[in-house]
Amino acid sequence: MAKDTKHNIDIVTEASFLDASALTIPMLQILKEDGSEHKGAKLPEFDQALAEKMFDTMQFIRILDERMIAAQRQGRISFYLASLGEEAASIGSAAALQDGDMIMGQYREQGALAYRGFSVEQFMNQLFSNAKDLGKGRQMPVHYGCAELNFMTISSPLGTQIPQATGYAFGQKMDKSGHCTLCYFGEGAASEGDFHAALNMASVYKVPVIFFCRNNGYAISTPSQGEQYGGDGIAPRGVGYGLKTIRVDGNDILAVLRATQLARKLAVEENEPVLIEAMSYRMAGHSTSDDPTGYRSREEEDGWRKKDPLARMQSWMINKGWLTEEQAESNLQEKKAAVLAALKKAEKVPAPSIDELINDVYDQPSEQLKAQLDELKAHIRKYPDAYPKTSGSID
Amino acid sequence: MAKMNLLQAINNALDIAMAKNDKVYSFGEDTGGFGGVFRATSGLTEKYGRQRNFNTPLVEQGIIGFANGLASQGSYAVAEIQFGDYIFPAFDQIVNETAKFRYRSGNEFNVGGLTIRTPYGGGIAGGHYHSQSPEAYFAHTPGLKIVTPRNPYQAKGLLLSAIFDNNPVLFLEPKRLYRASTGDVPEEEYTLPLGKADVVKEGKDITLLAWGAQCEVNEKAAEMAEKDGISCEIIDLRSILPWDVETVAKSVLKTGRLVISQEAPLTNGFASEIAATIQKECFLYLESPIARVTGLDVPYPLCHEKEYFVDHLKVYEAIKASMNF
Repeated sequence: MAKDTKHNIDIVTEASFLDASALTIPMLQILKEDGSEHKGAKLPEFDQALAEKMFDTMQFIRILDERMIAAQRQGRISFYLASLGEEAASIGSAAALQDGDMIMGQYREQGALAYRGFSVEQFMNQLFSNAKDLGKGRQMPVHYGCAELNFMTISSPLGTQIPQATGYAFGQKMDKSGHCTLCYFGEGAASEGDFHAALNMASVYKVPVIFFCRNNGYAISTPSQGEQYGGDGIAPRGVGYGLKTIRVDGNDILAVLRATQLARKLAVEENEPVLIEAMSYRMAGHSTSDDPTGYRSREEEDGWRKKDPLARMQSWMINKGWLTEEQAESNLQEKKAAVLAALKKAEKVPAPSIDELINDVYDQPSEQLKAQLDELKAHIRKYPDAYPKTSGSID
Repeated sequence: MAKMNLLQAINNALDIAMAKNDKVYSFGEDTGGFGGVFRATSGLTEKYGRQRNFNTPLVEQGIIGFANGLASQGSYAVAEIQFGDYIFPAFDQIVNETAKFRYRSGNEFNVGGLTIRTPYGGGIAGGHYHSQSPEAYFAHTPGLKIVTPRNPYQAKGLLLSAIFDNNPVLFLEPKRLYRASTGDVPEEEYTLPLGKADVVKEGKDITLLAWGAQCEVNEKAAEMAEKDGISCEIIDLRSILPWDVETVAKSVLKTGRLVISQEAPLTNGFASEIAATIQKECFLYLESPIARVTGLDVPYPLCHEKEYFVDHLKVYEAIKASMNF
């Protein structure tokens, strides 16, 4: 076959078009739905302690989500967003990282943050927008962030974090930090221009970044297949941009762990950016503002319930002899109690001082901002009953 | 007449427009069969099919780019951006493409059939990214029209005008009022003029000006002021671009006082533009400085939303300060 040497492209003399079948991407699965291992499957690196920590975090997130949805329904918090059914994707991937690696989330990766060590009190302080919230009560619930844990603060606009991850990883590479950035996003956000910019730039600059797509089937009400994209999901785009790419069963925590461990190696040791597409299902509504019965069937949800990542890992842990049903249940009860206690405590912490309204717009508040705050305080003093959250605490 | 809330009025306007002209298309994130996250487009897929009311992938620059192309082809593209806060990926398409399509081509091509619908504004515990009022960014862009309704009646008439206007229109929907604002709305088609303010209530001592959800706040403040014997003239600007200088100036020439309230931050907000123009038009008639009652120059907050919000008490204080100047 002749070759165009300038571009290193084969020359053909018959017109033919490629279609999606030219690239079929399989899905890595280690644990079957019943929790048993596929025979001959190569396992990730783990020990009992790591497995227990992953399982523990999964249970915690399940309880946290359940309890906070209820709290929202009771009017105790304004909004919540659960990760039900996707816990293995965020926790299994976070478990493959080192603590010094940066995580940039979308908004459904509370599992990764909990795995990093964000405490139940810290979760609650953010959810209740109280004075102890690291974000100073400025953002909606679930917009967590923690510099100490290398978890970038969440921003609602979709996909904005993806090119930021490329830039952050570029800095990590230049600093020879030995660390990488893992960036989460959904298959919906992968439609944004930012996604494409991010992958292309990562490919050009060869930076240690892992793009982790949680393909959970829905962007609010919009189903992925046929309405979000016409091709074979997100993974082929990684190949198109020249990235190392893998697709995994997102409900199989061992597959997620294995893929992310290998991805981290590629990223950190070879500066190879990686795309992981984790196939899962958003068992919850998009958020507490959403009601999925308006766009999908109970049968569809039931089908996915059988693939529950927590039940799958639990069966595997029990088979391993690392857990009993009774332990699992008593752990769950302990977590319930801890979540409830933290909730009650956080609820009583007052709101941040009104002075925080003008802080952090810049490194120092401008004179104009100080004047605006003074004017506001004078107004609040005049009408204390209209602003009960702050009128009692202004100087 | 039918009792409708603001969402139903918008839905009704879309329904009428799609029935009237089969080149009207409605689309956006989740706007298909589900009817959008606020349900403004509900029922339209059942009625007009998936080819005319449909979901888009999650890509705002794509939605508006697609809409520009569709409008340039001669269709009426009604694109929804789910929240005004998420319009910025489409900023390039709107500012550099939508607004300049006609001018740059010497009127060879235009996107006059384009209408961009988007909910804006705060008061719903939405934090930074579900609360902003982005009108001023777009008001700096010649070639766009910007319209915002204050109630269901206005919403239907203005949206029908916007859809069939021969210029691209950014239609800002006050989401705080989507369900909170109800009123009598004619069931048949009618239009309200773009570029014309509406004198909601006549008065003689002071002019209160606002647009969208802020009109309701002004009305409440006026009720308080009236108890003090202050007669307020209330104007709804309705169109931010182009805006009705004549109606506002005429009112201020009469009252000598102007209070403008806006949800957005102070600096470079649209109230500033109005203040500058009215100062020029009415300089010798002004009894007090034109007052802007606005948000602070900070990102829209969550836990201090109540304090940040331009409520009736702040407007009332501004009225008193203006009267006692």
